[in-house]
Amino acid sequence: MSVVSNLKAPAGHVARPVFQLRGVSKSFARRNVQALDKVDLTLEQGQFASVIGASGCGKSTLLKIMAGLTPPSSGSVMLSGKPVLGPRRDIGMMFQQATLFPWRTTLENIVLPIEIQDGKKAALAVHDRAHALLDLVGLRGFDKVYPSELSGGMAQRAAMCRMLIAEPDVLLLDEPFSALDEISRDFMNMELQRICLERNATAFLVTHSIPEAVILSDVVYVMSPRPGRFVEAVQIDLPRPRTLDMLSDPLFGRYTKQIRGRLDKGAFI
Amino acid sequence: MSGIQPTVAGEGLPPDTIWDENLSWFDALPRAVSMFGLLVVFLGLWQLVTGLGLVSPIILPSPWRTAQDLVFVGQSLLSGNYMLAAFWITAQEVIFGFVLAVGIGVALGILVGETTFGERAVMPYIVAIDTMPKLAFAPLFVAWMGFGIASKVALAAFISIFPVVVGTAAGLHAADPNARMLFKSIGASRWQTLIKLKIPTGLPQFFTGVKIASISVVAGAIAGEFLGGGRGFGELIRVAASQLDTPRVFSLIIYLSLLGLMTFGTVVWIQKRFVFWHRDSNLQDSHK
Repeated sequence: MSVVSNLKAPAGHVARPVFQLRGVSKSFARRNVQALDKVDLTLEQGQFASVIGASGCGKSTLLKIMAGLTPPSSGSVMLSGKPVLGPRRDIGMMFQQATLFPWRTTLENIVLPIEIQDGKKAALAVHDRAHALLDLVGLRGFDKVYPSELSGGMAQRAAMCRMLIAEPDVLLLDEPFSALDEISRDFMNMELQRICLERNATAFLVTHSIPEAVILSDVVYVMSPRPGRFVEAVQIDLPRPRTLDMLSDPLFGRYTKQIRGRLDKGAFI
Repeated sequence: MSGIQPTVAGEGLPPDTIWDENLSWFDALPRAVSMFGLLVVFLGLWQLVTGLGLVSPIILPSPWRTAQDLVFVGQSLLSGNYMLAAFWITAQEVIFGFVLAVGIGVALGILVGETTFGERAVMPYIVAIDTMPKLAFAPLFVAWMGFGIASKVALAAFISIFPVVVGTAAGLHAADPNARMLFKSIGASRWQTLIKLKIPTGLPQFFTGVKIASISVVAGAIAGEFLGGGRGFGELIRVAASQLDTPRVFSLIIYLSLLGLMTFGTVVWIQKRFVFWHRDSNLQDSHK
């Protein structure tokens, strides 16, 4: 199986694998559902990968297994050479909802992971880092504001800071901007790319938007449902940094067409 | 000036088209005026009914007689005679009963809301007891704890504990799956999840339960005095009623409502300080 993953790596490029999934399956005995069937996946340092598929194809289950939130029924998950046996602090996560807590200021929300893992003192010690992150996402001056005063896009940016505060090696993104309007969403995607490039972060995005997957990713995995498995890995050879202008590039159009064709076949068998 | 501007037939057009929202005068009254007006109408009808002799003064005294008695009872309370002592006894029953209800109610609510055992095994019994006519337990409390203040405290707590249990348990379930997943993903322990997520999320529901309890606890204390004797305000009401002193009953009830307002107001005050992010804490949501 490892031969397959080695083939996917571009020749002559020395990439360090960060995330390695081998034969990951998940079945829910109670509902007699095979959610994932022998998924193999390798993420390299600095790579941006997306998985796209219809609702219920098992992509969120895959993300939860990668994050150590739920165990696989079979198969192995390795992160930086160590098996994933529970939530790991070298993983940062972001969800569709910002999930900021209204009784905490934006700053207090951002340092929450540190407070949980290392205590209040450690959380105080990273306030400088939190301010730097607020600057990074364009929320300077909003540190003492409560989430009820933030717009949807601003809340997601704060959630991004919270994901980054523990300086994770890998970012797992579960449709992070799908609750936003399209204008904010395009903007946030570009912000996400900028942050990933700046930190050479490895990212794995779950989405059901084809343009979003293509514009952000180095590789897009197309997933078919019941049982969830990768039916194709589409390499996206658009130059970095990507811009929104590329949305009208003919090459971009070809990629979206290819993925849509794969999805249609996969989803309705 | 150019072709961009639409041509306007300037003649005969009104300069502005501003109109008033059509709110009836009834709804447009300021709050103070409408409240005062309602009071005047109520007192007027009351005066009319009693003044025309439609009802015997023993059944319903005139507003004026009631007001006189209200002043008399107020003076007695201020002068610190037996009425103040009775008021103080009832106040103690209310305060102790309330503290007991909140204390035990929170403990039971956490047991039911946080543990699967509590939800499976304890909650059915709580629901079963809640459906019983709780006032019927009054003679039992008297038999167990005597005619003193203890039996009234117990009944008051017993009557008001259930909304606290339900409010606490519902509050602990209120955290949405996303928030739970977030806490899990950052490696929070069960204790941390309880303290930093479930309890703050559940505070609004908890306070709703406590507000309901803060009002029913007064009813519990008075019912205890009716059914189990004692020397509180409930006993004064019972005596006044047996002497057909209806104005006294009215004024005692009105002073008693101060006790309920006091406990309720205290809870609202605490809620506003602790649940500052939740903005609908007012009188309305206590009567859900």
